[in-house]
Amino acid sequence: MSMNEREGRALLTVIVLLAVLAAGCEHPPVETVQRGYRGVGMEGVFNPRRLEDMVAANMPPAASPPAPAAGPKASEIYQNVHILGDLSVAEFTRLMAAITAWVSPEQGCTYCHDAANFADDSLYTKKVARIMLAMTQRTNEDWQAHVGKTGVTCYTCHRGQPVPAEVWATDPGPRHAKGIAPAQQNIASPTVASASLPYDPLTPFLEQDYDIRVISESALPQGSRKSIKQTEWTYGLMMHFSDSLGVNCTHCHNSRSFFAWDQSPPERTKAWHAIRQVREMNNVFINSTSDILPDTRKGPLGDPLKVSCKTCHQGAYKPLYGAQMLRDYPSLAKLSGAAKQAKTPASN
Amino acid sequence: MSMLSFERKYRVRGGTLIGGDLFDFWVGQFYVGFFGVTTIFFALLGTLLILYGAAIGPTWNLWQINIAPPDLKYGLGLAPLKEGGLWQIITICAIGAFVSWALRQVEISRKLGMGLHIPFAFSFAILAYVTLVVVRPLLLGAWGHGFPYGIISHLDWVSNVGYQYLHFHYNPAHMLAVTFFFTTTLALSMHGSLILSVTNPGKGKVMKEAEHENTFFRDDIGYSIGALGIHRLGLFLALSAGFWSAVCIVISGPFWTRGWPEWWNWWLQLPIWS
Repeated sequence: MSMNEREGRALLTVIVLLAVLAAGCEHPPVETVQRGYRGVGMEGVFNPRRLEDMVAANMPPAASPPAPAAGPKASEIYQNVHILGDLSVAEFTRLMAAITAWVSPEQGCTYCHDAANFADDSLYTKKVARIMLAMTQRTNEDWQAHVGKTGVTCYTCHRGQPVPAEVWATDPGPRHAKGIAPAQQNIASPTVASASLPYDPLTPFLEQDYDIRVISESALPQGSRKSIKQTEWTYGLMMHFSDSLGVNCTHCHNSRSFFAWDQSPPERTKAWHAIRQVREMNNVFINSTSDILPDTRKGPLGDPLKVSCKTCHQGAYKPLYGAQMLRDYPSLAKLSGAAKQAKTPASN
Repeated sequence: MSMLSFERKYRVRGGTLIGGDLFDFWVGQFYVGFFGVTTIFFALLGTLLILYGAAIGPTWNLWQINIAPPDLKYGLGLAPLKEGGLWQIITICAIGAFVSWALRQVEISRKLGMGLHIPFAFSFAILAYVTLVVVRPLLLGAWGHGFPYGIISHLDWVSNVGYQYLHFHYNPAHMLAVTFFFTTTLALSMHGSLILSVTNPGKGKVMKEAEHENTFFRDDIGYSIGALGIHRLGLFLALSAGFWSAVCIVISGPFWTRGWPEWWNWWLQLPIWS
């Protein structure tokens, strides 16, 4: 091989390697948001090209024109109306049409209703819908520490699909050889943003209420019984938070002291309430549908498909980037009718 | 001031990069030179500015003194002195001092007729620093992305910037840099212990030399890189550590905005198994 040939090949190799490296990466300019005192390194880092796609994918549907509140109430005209009976017939019909567009646009009214008798409760979807209505109202009335006045609607999670795209069930993990204890980690699961961390931190923390805090309270960890293993589960949950909201750890934490509230951005307070709220959603509402749901609506271990941060947020730091959908549907903002019984004390 | 026997022969004027024979003399055993003067100028000015920054700051606690870069809102412009402008001037001083020092090393090397290995090696340290406080802030569009000057504060910056990418250990260049840092210390410890053993054979015994050194490592691990080779290897390992450190931080942000674990999805998605 002549010198020129060798040089040519070397150059080609370098070019190919650089191309491969560049293909796996993004490029400037990027967008940054300062989230703490200057120089502390608390910053949001975003790719504006990607953000454009995200915003486009998270646009709320246009609201239908408001209906008159006058006229007979839904409970007077229709039978078997448990939650929304206080609405006027016009408002009620408007909301039903909106829910159809949000949840089952292809399947239509008959996804929940018996076409011959709309009052009939024989379809499981109708019974589940009632529980979901109560869950939505409960969220908007009692969990404003998390959802603020923006609140949620069916669309926040459903986005035009009967089953929201981002739901979860307890993960049995991949197949493994008999006699070997499953590691419950090391599979680059999307639940934990492709890290090797435990792949199902949602069951212990967002359904059960295992302690998330692992940091010791003293400078040296005397007396702390928390292990590295526990810490990895907590980190797994935190990866899920970051991935779900499209933000990094510094959105809620100053990493010099993860536990100190006085050094944390206020968003962490919202997340604290959110954890409690999602636990309630999963236990009080979702799990109560367990007896009604067919197996096709359950996970591999037979538990209902549940809510996580990603179910609503879907990669946005505020679901639908803070679109004020609830304002156009005030009947979802307050517990009404039978849903009032769903009011439970906020769990810790 | 004592002088090695050959030293007088090399203490000759000339070989300077600029300025002719301006400052081309020695003070005691130290060469001054044009770049020695600029080094002292920048180092002194920078240090005094740090002291001034500490004086107008809230604390004299050595650990907590903090000269922070500007807010991001100032972009690539100048910031008011007490809101990051000080950091900007100190950064200029630091780069001036470091580069002057490297050029002074070049001049001394030229006078001695040596290769430029020493300034070449030192320039990797400068590269890493300049990458942190100039190149990456330029690529991200604000001087505020530089790290703050303070013992604790710069550690807070390192920690938070790592957590901006969720899990920094997944950064491929960080992996390489860490590996090179560890390998450097491994090589140095193996080499250092070897030299200490051959030069300290015990009272009354003769000092051992290269043959013993080579034989030890051939017996121990099957290979000896040699007395010259170990220094070439050490230089390569150390410079690689610095180089990949610079790469690992410059790609974080400008060339990757998400969690580093996610970057590896290209591997999971290779058509071989996906």
